[in-house]
Amino acid sequence: MDIAEKVEKLKPSGIRLFFDLVLNMKDVISLGVGEPDFVTPWRIREKAIFSLEQGYTSYTSNKGMIELRKIICQHLHKRYGLQYDPEEETLITVGVSEGLDLAVRTILNPGERVLIHDPSYVSYPAVVDLAGGEPVLLPTRIEDHFKLSVEQIEKGCKKGARALMINYPCNPTGASYTKKELKQIARIADKYDLIVLSDEVYDELTYDFDHTPFSSLPGMKKRVIYLNGFSKAFAMTGFRLGYACGPAKLIAGMTKIHQYTMLCASITSQMAAIEALRGGFNDVVEMKKEYMRRRRFVVSRLNEIGLDCHMPEGAFYVFPSIKKFSRNSIEFATDLLNKKKVALVPGVAFGESTEGYVRISYASSYENLKEALLRIESYLKPNLH
Amino acid sequence: MNEILEVLSKNARLTPDEISKLTGQSANAVKAAIKKYEKDGVIVQYKTVINKELIDENPNFVRALIEVSITPQKDVGFDYIAERIYSFPEVKSCYLMSGSYDLLVEVEGENIQTVSNFIASKLSPMSHVRGTATHFLLKKYKEDGHILKKGKQRQRLNISY
Repeated sequence: MDIAEKVEKLKPSGIRLFFDLVLNMKDVISLGVGEPDFVTPWRIREKAIFSLEQGYTSYTSNKGMIELRKIICQHLHKRYGLQYDPEEETLITVGVSEGLDLAVRTILNPGERVLIHDPSYVSYPAVVDLAGGEPVLLPTRIEDHFKLSVEQIEKGCKKGARALMINYPCNPTGASYTKKELKQIARIADKYDLIVLSDEVYDELTYDFDHTPFSSLPGMKKRVIYLNGFSKAFAMTGFRLGYACGPAKLIAGMTKIHQYTMLCASITSQMAAIEALRGGFNDVVEMKKEYMRRRRFVVSRLNEIGLDCHMPEGAFYVFPSIKKFSRNSIEFATDLLNKKKVALVPGVAFGESTEGYVRISYASSYENLKEALLRIESYLKPNLH
Repeated sequence: MNEILEVLSKNARLTPDEISKLTGQSANAVKAAIKKYEKDGVIVQYKTVINKELIDENPNFVRALIEVSITPQKDVGFDYIAERIYSFPEVKSCYLMSGSYDLLVEVEGENIQTVSNFIASKLSPMSHVRGTATHFLLKKYKEDGHILKKGKQRQRLNISY
C-alpha cells in the first residue's frame, strides 16, 4: 500500500538504524538523551496524583484550563515583563512539538519559505515540509558558536521568506543569543515583515547571561509566536505540555487546528503544570546549578581529550567536532558504541551542515559523565595522529 | 553556600581536580580553599551515608531520640550541660531546641538495654536534668536528604532527540 508522497519523502533515514542499535544494546552509558535525568519534582507529581484522586479526568477547554493560562501569563509578566492575554493570546499545547506544528500550519500557504538554522531540532524542517512550505536551511558554524548571523538571515529574506524558526538555547548546539544579538535579528524581521516562531523551551537553562524572549524586544510582539513548555525546566517531558503565546489572530488560527486534531492537552498534565509554576521554581534553581557544573566539567574534559568544542550558553548539550578523527558522524558513533558502549547522537541527525559533529547530552549523572568521558578518551587515544 | 562546599556536601569523594572542572576554579585554588575549610573547622569530617538496616550483623541495634528537660543554673548555661551530655560517645547528635523541652539527644546502642542503661545511669541522674522522654526509632525512611530505600531505575530511553 502506498503512503502519501510527502510522508514518503520525510526523513529520517540512516540515523534510524543507529537509534535502533542503541535501544537494543544493554549496559550502554548514554550521553544521547534529549531529556533531563531528574525525575519530575515530587510536589508536581503529587499534585497530578491528587488531581486524579479528586476526579479531574475530563476534557478541558480547547485552549486549555483558564487557571493554567492565567498563571502562565502572570509568570511571563513577572519574569520577562511580557504582556499576554490569557483568553485570546495563549494556547496550551501538547508539548512545544505540537505548538511548532500548529504555528507552521497556521501561517504557511503552499510553497512559502521558512528560514531555519542548521543544525536544528529534528522536527523543524519536517513540520514545514508537511505544511506544504519550503524549509530554507541556514548553516551555522562552530567559529560563530553556532549562532545565526544577521547577514545570512537577510540573505534568506531577500529570496523571499515568510517566517524564521529560531530555537535558543538551541538543541543540539546549546547556542543562545544575548539581547543585543537578538535586537539585530529583530531589525531584519521588521524590515522583511517576517513572522518569528521562537522556541524558548530551554529558557530556564541559560547560563552566562539573562534569557531574553524574542517577543519582549521592542515592536516584536505582533510578529512573534512565543513557544515554551514544561519539559525541560521542570523535568516533565512525559507530561507532554507546552504553550504558545502570540497575536490573537494567530493563536485563534492555531486553536482551530488544535481543536480538530488534538481537542485539548491532558487535564492531569495541566493540573501538574499549575503546581509547577506555583511552587516548582526552587527545584529549577537546583537543577540549573547542577547542569552548570556538568557543563563546565564536560567541556573541559572534551577539550582535554581532543574533541574541540565551545562553551555552550544554554540547554544541556555540547556539540564537539569529531573531524580530527572521522568525517562521518554515524560511523564514528556506531564504532564508539560497539567498542566502548557509549552512546551519543551523530550531528548529521540535526542537519547536513553538521556532519563531522556529535551531540553530547550532559543530562546524565556526574558518575556517568565521568565514566563515559574516560571511555571516549580511551577510544580516541589510538586514533590520535 | 560556597560552591566548593556545595559540591563536596553532595559527594565527598571528589578530587580537587574534579572540583576544579565542576566549578571553573583552578585546582590550586580549590586545594587551598579546602585546606582552609578543614583548618577552620568548616569541613568537619568526610563520611559515608550507610543504611544500617541492610547490614544484618547486629539485628538488635537501636536508636533513640531523647527529649531532655533541664533546669538552667546560674552561671551555668545550656552549653555547659549540653557539653556534659554530648561528650558521651553514645550520643550521636545533640540539639538545643525551642518548645516544651530543651535538648534533643540522639543515642545509638547495641541493643535496647545498652540505651536504657545509658539513660538510667548517665543521663537522668545528671544534675540539672529535670526529666527525659525517650522515643525509640522504628524505621528510618530518609536521612539527611537521602531516601534510604533504593529507588527503581528510571525508564528513560537511552537515546532521543
